[in-house]
Amino acid sequence: MIPERSASSAPPAGRTLTAKEKYLPSLISVTSVVVVVVVVRRIVVSAEQWPRIRAQFFNIEAMIEVFPAVLRGFGVNMSVWIVALMVIAVWALVLAIFRTLTGPWFAPLRVFAVVYIDLLRGLPSLLMVLLFGFGIPALQIPGLPRSSLFWGATAMVLSYSAYAAEVYRSGMEAVHDGQRAAAKALGLSQWQTLRYSIVPQAIRNVIPSLLNLAVALQKDVALLSVVGVRDAVREAQIYTARTFNYSSLIAAAVLFLAATIPMARLTDYVARKDRERRLQRTA
Amino acid sequence: MDRVTVDRVTKYYGDKLVLDDVSVAVQEHEVVCLIGASGSGKSTLLRCIADLVDFNAGQISLDGVSIFDESFGRNGLHKRIGIVFQAYNLFPHMTVLNNITLAPRKVHGVSRSESEQNARDLLRLFGLEGYADSYPEQLSGGQQQRVAVVRALATNPEVLLLDEVTAALDPELIGEVLKIIKDLKDQGMTMLIVTHEMGFARDVGDRVCFLEGGRILEEAPPAQLLSAPEHPRTRQFLQRIIEAGRL
Repeated sequence: MIPERSASSAPPAGRTLTAKEKYLPSLISVTSVVVVVVVVRRIVVSAEQWPRIRAQFFNIEAMIEVFPAVLRGFGVNMSVWIVALMVIAVWALVLAIFRTLTGPWFAPLRVFAVVYIDLLRGLPSLLMVLLFGFGIPALQIPGLPRSSLFWGATAMVLSYSAYAAEVYRSGMEAVHDGQRAAAKALGLSQWQTLRYSIVPQAIRNVIPSLLNLAVALQKDVALLSVVGVRDAVREAQIYTARTFNYSSLIAAAVLFLAATIPMARLTDYVARKDRERRLQRTA
Repeated sequence: MDRVTVDRVTKYYGDKLVLDDVSVAVQEHEVVCLIGASGSGKSTLLRCIADLVDFNAGQISLDGVSIFDESFGRNGLHKRIGIVFQAYNLFPHMTVLNNITLAPRKVHGVSRSESEQNARDLLRLFGLEGYADSYPEQLSGGQQQRVAVVRALATNPEVLLLDEVTAALDPELIGEVLKIIKDLKDQGMTMLIVTHEMGFARDVGDRVCFLEGGRILEEAPPAQLLSAPEHPRTRQFLQRIIEAGRL
């Protein structure tokens, strides 16, 4: 008989760590990082070109001067991002459902989804933004909005939806076949099977991947600056064009990092939780 | 009277012949067990009867009416024939109660309160009261399979198909599932059961069919088929089961 050991019982004796064993690794890590940082800083600062680099890129006065405009522009970035996210979440799901529908009557929807996803995934987002943001307003079609912001954002939504649709589709395909069999055996229609069984499980499966896309989109909305939308990057460029000082772009960069790094951490956290949930289920 | 009639059904998966001219009938209140090695076509036969897969030739009828007859409507057949799977196939994102009431509410238009009352009654009957608001993953395998049986019963089917319902369970959990199947037999449920539990087939089966290579090789009352099989292949199969200590 193997003696049973409950989860709460103490670890075997002899493994109590001494203070040295406990703290030495962290101490080494901290010290080595500090040493490297100090050395690199010394090298950079002592470089001949450093004063010019600092004046051009890290000019605090310039940053303070431009900050209100860049922040206002960054507000545009974030608003476009949030609205685009919501539209993409819905539209991509619609595309993914179109693509998975079976039955001859749904062939047009299926073909539409396949062609759409192939096209939009194959085109650079920048090209789409230029085409929509400049091209459509230039047509001056009555009844359609003429704002570059609107059309540029639409281009981003169309482009990213193609990727998100594929993410949803992989999530739907990952749902076990037995779920479809059970739904059919209960008499659920194809639509009800998607609505009540496949899609809710698929969404749960793909949330980490969708969050990854959301982080990518968070910085890609800066592409709208090329069609004249006064976002953070555009505002920074305007300042640069006037003063030949690039510190404004660094200011914009700091704002983007302040938004994207927490998002990336959140994504990691959600992905880890998701992995734990799956492990628990198979255990 | 024949409840379910399978008449000369043939099915291919691609080039592979999985059901070869199979005929079997299940009468009202009768329990028929299907035994045979993996890949002999037992599960496929159940799936054909439940209209989960198509077959290439032959006919399957419920009360003398083809399962493809328009008189069943879109969901009539699925209301009258219930099926329980080896892997339970419960919806993991729904509570036990929602798993059970989904089909009555969304397919058959029963009100939420009525379907929930019915579901709670069934849960109590199968010793699962208190689990209505649990999620499947919070239950043991045996409990999940019992919930799957309740879900199949929630639409009051006349015929229940059981597809190796204990094959995925830990040995100590098999008993609780077999017991409720026995209870169902005592209540007169008509059942077609695919099983590897020979002792169970002997207990509940009115008849046992031995399948191999997509054909029913032998069909007899369990006492006869399991103790004195006529066909040499049946004898061989049972011999292997006995050697594995499963009979």
